[in-house]
Amino acid sequence: MPSSIDVRLDRVTKRFHEVVAVDDLSVDVEQGEFFSMLGPSGCGKTTTLRMIGGFEETTAGTIYLGEADVTGLPPFKRDVNTVFQNYALFPHLSVRENVAFGLRRKKVDNAEIDRRVVAMLELVEMPGYESRKPSQLSGGQQQRVALARALINHPKVLLLDEPLGALDLKLRKQMQIELKRIQTEVGITFIYVTHDQEEAMTMSDRIAVMRAGRIEQLGSPEELYERPRTEFVAGFLGVSNLLGGSVVGRDDSFVSVRIADGTVLRAPAELVNGSATVRIGVRPEKLRVTPIVEGAGPTPADGGLNALDGTILDASYIGVSTQYLVKTRDGHRLTVYAQNLETGGAAEALADGHPVRLTWQPQHTFVISVTTLDDGRTPVQTEEGAP
Amino acid sequence: MRSLRRGLAPLLLLLPGGGWLVVFFVVPMAFMLLISLQEGTFDTGYQLTWNFGIYPQVIGQYWELYVRSTSFAVATTLLTLAVGYPVAYTIAFHGGRLKNALLLLVVLPFFVSFVIRTLNWRMILSDNGMVFGTLKDAGLLDQNFHFLATPASVIFGLTYNFLPFMILPLYVAIEKIDRRLIEAATDLYASRAQAFWRVTFLLSLPGVVAGSLLTFIPSVGDFITAEVIGAGNPQVFMVGNIIQRKFLDSLDYPAAAALAFVLVAGVMLLVSVYTRLVGSDRLAG
Ligand SMILES: Nc1ncnc2c1ncn2[C@@H]1O[C@H](COP(=O)(O)OP(=O)(O)OP(=O)(O)O)[C@@H](O)[C@H]1O
Ligand SMILES: [Mg+2]
Repeated sequence: MPSSIDVRLDRVTKRFHEVVAVDDLSVDVEQGEFFSMLGPSGCGKTTTLRMIGGFEETTAGTIYLGEADVTGLPPFKRDVNTVFQNYALFPHLSVRENVAFGLRRKKVDNAEIDRRVVAMLELVEMPGYESRKPSQLSGGQQQRVALARALINHPKVLLLDEPLGALDLKLRKQMQIELKRIQTEVGITFIYVTHDQEEAMTMSDRIAVMRAGRIEQLGSPEELYERPRTEFVAGFLGVSNLLGGSVVGRDDSFVSVRIADGTVLRAPAELVNGSATVRIGVRPEKLRVTPIVEGAGPTPADGGLNALDGTILDASYIGVSTQYLVKTRDGHRLTVYAQNLETGGAAEALADGHPVRLTWQPQHTFVISVTTLDDGRTPVQTEEGAP
Repeated sequence: MRSLRRGLAPLLLLLPGGGWLVVFFVVPMAFMLLISLQEGTFDTGYQLTWNFGIYPQVIGQYWELYVRSTSFAVATTLLTLAVGYPVAYTIAFHGGRLKNALLLLVVLPFFVSFVIRTLNWRMILSDNGMVFGTLKDAGLLDQNFHFLATPASVIFGLTYNFLPFMILPLYVAIEKIDRRLIEAATDLYASRAQAFWRVTFLLSLPGVVAGSLLTFIPSVGDFITAEVIGAGNPQVFMVGNIIQRKFLDSLDYPAAAALAFVLVAGVMLLVSVYTRLVGSDRLAG
């Protein structure tokens, strides 16, 4: 199993004077993986990447590439290449010489270099641009050249620091797909830094959500989205509805949680670690809105669904879906995205003030343990098959 | 009509610069050429006789001085580059908050007149002065050693005097370089030395070219350094010394003008060859 680890950070810390940019961070990145570091500005993503690349010395801790400890090595002795945020193409060299730069330093022979440059420019869909200067290329084209310049060296690991940050939205989307295709094609481990959660979700095998120099939660995009373990992660990866409550019962698969207005909701038992008070959450698109018909009496909670009553506070029709704001009996506001499957349009949306019942599958409930919230210091790892 | 106007626009844009060149360069050069072609003496007056024979005559008599001036100036340029590059590099990349203060130090000598500074060096470097006198007293140097009036001393003086002209353009060029390019080079397996030569130095070439021109051109025509530090030794005279003597002492205007004309024409030729060799397309980046 250790042989399949490409990059290992072992309790790495980086301090700039008083600022702790990276705080006792440990992570294993597996071979061939598309690994993203996601987090708000200043959380230490770039610093972490620069330490792996060798541009920044660690204050404490060890960095391994494969089996080897590379902590003290300069960049040119590490089998890692970087795609810099603003590409950092050499302005005085042609596209060909930019791409060939690494191979020339490694004294690969000229015929071989020519062959590989052509092949690499083909891979990034820039054939025929060999003799252009970087200043004669568009942003997207420069991006591709920067990628080719790094990939041509077949590094063990490719580091990418917000490589799409300077591109417009459309080109960004297109390049995300390209990048993923190229990564699959070459099979090199990518460590990708971004603060765009959608970008991370689209491309990554695993994401480390970072906050204040630490990993807040590590997992696949699906795990992070469906089962966030902290309020920060829940909020960073999309809209979430959180409710506080206390555990009142437990069976093999679910725990029952009584929330403030007295309703008892169920959540997957494996997510609750024994604490009596918890916060549970559910994503807006998991909720179903049913109007409560006056005088029909309370409908029984059918099929073991979680059910929560409230009134419509606001409804906004946004084409594919209708977004409702629902106020629960104890005053919480929940967001609901209702797919416009049967309804014909804005006219049929539920009116403000209408009493409704929200229902969802108990397994769609996620749990934020209150202790983890207060003590944000313990990074929570949700690996596949973890208890 | 419109195409005519479009054709005129670039010419109009050339007017101010072109006008400057005509008034301050072409016209004086033409005057100098005309003076060089005159014959006569200061007392009887000079007549324009189109005496082109003056050129082979002065070149034949003083070619060694042209060679010496050029080699002194080349040596000066190389020395200022060797000394100035590390200085400019350090200020640009490691100057931090002291950058401006350090740059001020570089130009500070300009606050004192060129002649006075050169005279001071003559005192400092004289046979029994601060430096060599002390060394001789300490027995570290032979009593007969002398430095003033040697070619090395003139080159030293020129290097000192024109060093800021090298440092400033180098600083501007190096400061502009994106540091991430150097990181990118080391990321792509370049050692620090390779990253320097293949990226930093190549990108600073415009500064190297500008600095070389700014030191070479004034040094090749300089006469004060050779006069003062050279202590009037004809063995280290440069062309400028002869021109100055002919104009002011022997009042031989035609010969002085011919010598000066050859110097300017020669410098222009060298400069155009140099910029072509270093490649102005490189400068355009
Ligand atoms: N060279 C430096 N000197 C001092 N402090 C630094 C330095 N580099 C980074 N920092 C600090 O370290 C922290 C982490 O910075 P880093 O650049 O890693 O953030 P980031 O996650 O990449 O943010 P962004 O998304 O804005 O790029 C920040 O507080 C930053 O101010
Ligand atoms: Mg960053």
